[in-house]
Amino acid sequence: MHAPRQQPQKRLLRLNLNGRWREDAVSESDLLVDYLRQVAHLTGTKTGCDGGECGACTVLIDGKAVPSCITLAVRCEGRDVETIEGLATRSRLSRLQRAFHEKLGTQCGFCTPGMIMAAEALLRRNPKPTDSEIRTALSGNLCRCTGYVKIIESVKAAADSTS
Amino acid sequence: MTSDSKIVGKHARRGVPLIDGIEKVTGRARYTADLDHADALVGRILRSAVSHGEIVRLDVTKARALPGVLAVITGDDCPYTFGVLPIAMNEYPLARGRVRYRGEPIAAVAAIDAETAERALALIELELKALPAYYTSDAASASSAVPLHDNKPGNVEREVHHQFGDVAQGFAAADLVREERFSCAEINHAQIEPHASLAEFDPLTGRLLVQTVSQVGYYLHLMLARCLNMDSSRIRVIKPFIGGGFGARVEVLNFEIITALLARASVGKVMMQLTREETFITHRARPHTDVRLKLGMKKDGRIVACECNVVQRGGAYAGYGIVTILYAGALLHGLYDIPAVKYDGYRIYTNLPPCGAMRGHGSVNVRHAFECLVDRMARELGLDPFVVRRANLLQAPTRTMNDLVVNSCGLAECLDKVERASRWQERIGRMPPGKGLGMACSHYVSGAAKPIHFTGEPHAVVNLKLDFDGGVTALTGAADIGQGSSTMVAIAVAETLDISLDRVRVIAADTAVTPKDNGAYSSRITFMVGNAAIDAAKRMKAVLIAAAARKLEARPEDIECVGEVFRVGSGDQSSLPFADVVAAALVDEGAITVKGSFTCPPEFQGGKHRGGAVGSTMGFSYAAQVVEVSVDDATGLITVDKVWVALDCGRAINPLAVEGQIQGSVWMGMGQAMCEETRYLDGLPAHASFLEYRVPTTMDSPPIETQIVESIDPYGPFGAKEASEGALAGFPPALVNAIGNAIGINIDELPVTPDRVMDALIQRRRQAKLASSMKAAS
Repeated sequence: MHAPRQQPQKRLLRLNLNGRWREDAVSESDLLVDYLRQVAHLTGTKTGCDGGECGACTVLIDGKAVPSCITLAVRCEGRDVETIEGLATRSRLSRLQRAFHEKLGTQCGFCTPGMIMAAEALLRRNPKPTDSEIRTALSGNLCRCTGYVKIIESVKAAADSTS
Repeated sequence: MTSDSKIVGKHARRGVPLIDGIEKVTGRARYTADLDHADALVGRILRSAVSHGEIVRLDVTKARALPGVLAVITGDDCPYTFGVLPIAMNEYPLARGRVRYRGEPIAAVAAIDAETAERALALIELELKALPAYYTSDAASASSAVPLHDNKPGNVEREVHHQFGDVAQGFAAADLVREERFSCAEINHAQIEPHASLAEFDPLTGRLLVQTVSQVGYYLHLMLARCLNMDSSRIRVIKPFIGGGFGARVEVLNFEIITALLARASVGKVMMQLTREETFITHRARPHTDVRLKLGMKKDGRIVACECNVVQRGGAYAGYGIVTILYAGALLHGLYDIPAVKYDGYRIYTNLPPCGAMRGHGSVNVRHAFECLVDRMARELGLDPFVVRRANLLQAPTRTMNDLVVNSCGLAECLDKVERASRWQERIGRMPPGKGLGMACSHYVSGAAKPIHFTGEPHAVVNLKLDFDGGVTALTGAADIGQGSSTMVAIAVAETLDISLDRVRVIAADTAVTPKDNGAYSSRITFMVGNAAIDAAKRMKAVLIAAAARKLEARPEDIECVGEVFRVGSGDQSSLPFADVVAAALVDEGAITVKGSFTCPPEFQGGKHRGGAVGSTMGFSYAAQVVEVSVDDATGLITVDKVWVALDCGRAINPLAVEGQIQGSVWMGMGQAMCEETRYLDGLPAHASFLEYRVPTTMDSPPIETQIVESIDPYGPFGAKEASEGALAGFPPALVNAIGNAIGINIDELPVTPDRVMDALIQRRRQAKLASSMKAAS
């Protein structure tokens, strides 16, 4: 009943995903977000728009925040890719995750993974950001619930926490 | 039936994080698009490319024949209308015979993958005969206009004419009468999660499972039964995590029914994920509104008469429209004590995607006009805006002229708090050039006292289960959409039973498991479901106390239960830990299940006049806010420097969540006030992405200083009222008033974009130049 699909040309992609090297067959045109969600089954990374508008799909590539919905999966060959699922280690939330949870930096939660990843990239390169540096770093990430007030408080709290 | 306003206070005083927060911050929370659907077909919708037309020919033969296509459906597959109001269901999931807006679904496909589904859409042969299309209320209601719906001449979906008190006498007695027109653009909820629905039909059992982004699973369940002509006992609707609502999902949406129809037609499982553009087209938000408002004021600021004319551009189908146009009039009342109010409202059908309910439903644009005009009249009379508001306060408890009941009102305290926090009196009139302060008040209902479906059932039911494990499971139909309603239920149960919050788990919004709930809208959950949860917990407590009394050989009335320990009186000799009491209660009985409910009595359900139920509630929230702005007169750019807001939510059951709701609603009001606007070019959405539809980013968003006022409502759960909507409507007028204060220009249109400010500035410069040249010439 199902038609035989014409398989697009695939190649092997090797990348370090959340600290583990892995290899998967992907096509040249696969977007990173689709690879993460459909091949690696990491659905924490969200799609909120039709391409590059909202930041919900933000992940880290070699520590830099990148919208995965306008990044080709094959561009990640040999690189480190980190998603929200990679942040909590050894049954502990990361400091940003804990702060977003405790300070209500998350309401509906849909923008949260992208928001936390964008903030994570910021804190790694700038551990004590000013208010305006936080706003700039998160300016590509839309949130419709919080008015950003508690998001910015959460990032500050995470920066102030020692762990 | 006054609620027990005693609250143990452990959770209430400090506030708690969301009980599902860890899932959200770790990425484990599963939204509809995240549900396992590797084996599902892909659903796609063919939409109308014309705004108004007759379907002359629709042939899906070639699409059906395409290998990999499992189902193609059209309007022929569903002859049943759907809609949220039983009196206004005039929409088909897939158009039948006629399309009324650009983007309206005409056919749908389920195929093995997205590419095949899209190829199938391209193979559908469609011929439309264009009809005249109307994109403004004026054009649609012109005498020559073709009616969109047969029974609605002039394309007036509903007109409302209400008069309370003697308006003519009021204006005659006024010292100052002013009339102005305001226009507010149509806006969109723009929740970050795009629409999605996963439907699974099992032909062997005849059962249908739908998991979807709905705020109203119960209404969806009803509409699925209706549109699929199925026995409702074979249907199950589950709400996964939801990425925001704000009203976008408070009525059943066409794609949800289409997905279920596709699942049945393809005999399988179908995942439908709408694009952001389609999510914008599946609209249902705040309509473009024209307000003409006339107020009469005494020299001391007393408002003595109000006359308001409202026209809403409703879009192509009814949706919530009738309720929206009624809310706009009803909520002229309930904030101030005004002796005479006349309201004329018109809801107009146009060839645009249908509007619906959005946060602050019906009240926002009228409140905007009102608070702006009051401010301008205060300036003219040389009165401070705070003085004018204080001159018109309601004294609770009271009944308004349109029969709304106000049981508690903390507006006076809200005014005091924001006046102090913003240092209004020291700063107003002394602001540097280009800077200004503005203020406004607003209010909203805590749930509609009269339900949409008048079935005689309670307004809310909560079930509790306590079994061998000592865990309390709360079952509620209430849809948590990020506002924290499941957390509120857990707190209400834990507080009432005086047990640890960790002992409570909440299962929400699954029509096979949880008791029916009308859903997440009109800020009803805290008030109604909160009261039902407390009622259920009290019943469970009675069972536990009876068991403890048997075990301790004491009378139940002598048993005290504090912090999971049951004891006789205040003595500490005979006491039992929670686990022992549970074990005792289970003897001979098994699992303890109790039910709590809440019903708004008839005396709170509004007036007897036509449409009098809309606006009725048992608790109004009240808010006051001050906005500080900077205006750049070279570019017209407005910057909001700070907002101070105070909201009377009766009692903050979870202060952390209340703050979040206040901040979010004020900010959403800011988006409407400054940058949000849907635009159509001949019915084609020109705004349907986040690049075109600009919601404020972190760079545009000010600090919002929040204060909570607790008026302790006599009927609210622990005295609580709503906190999610009341503050929104105050922002746009406070902003416009602040701009007026900064540069002396009144803006009458929303959003206040830089070009609108520049236009006003240029016009003023021209007028000044003209005046000076005429002076020189004379």
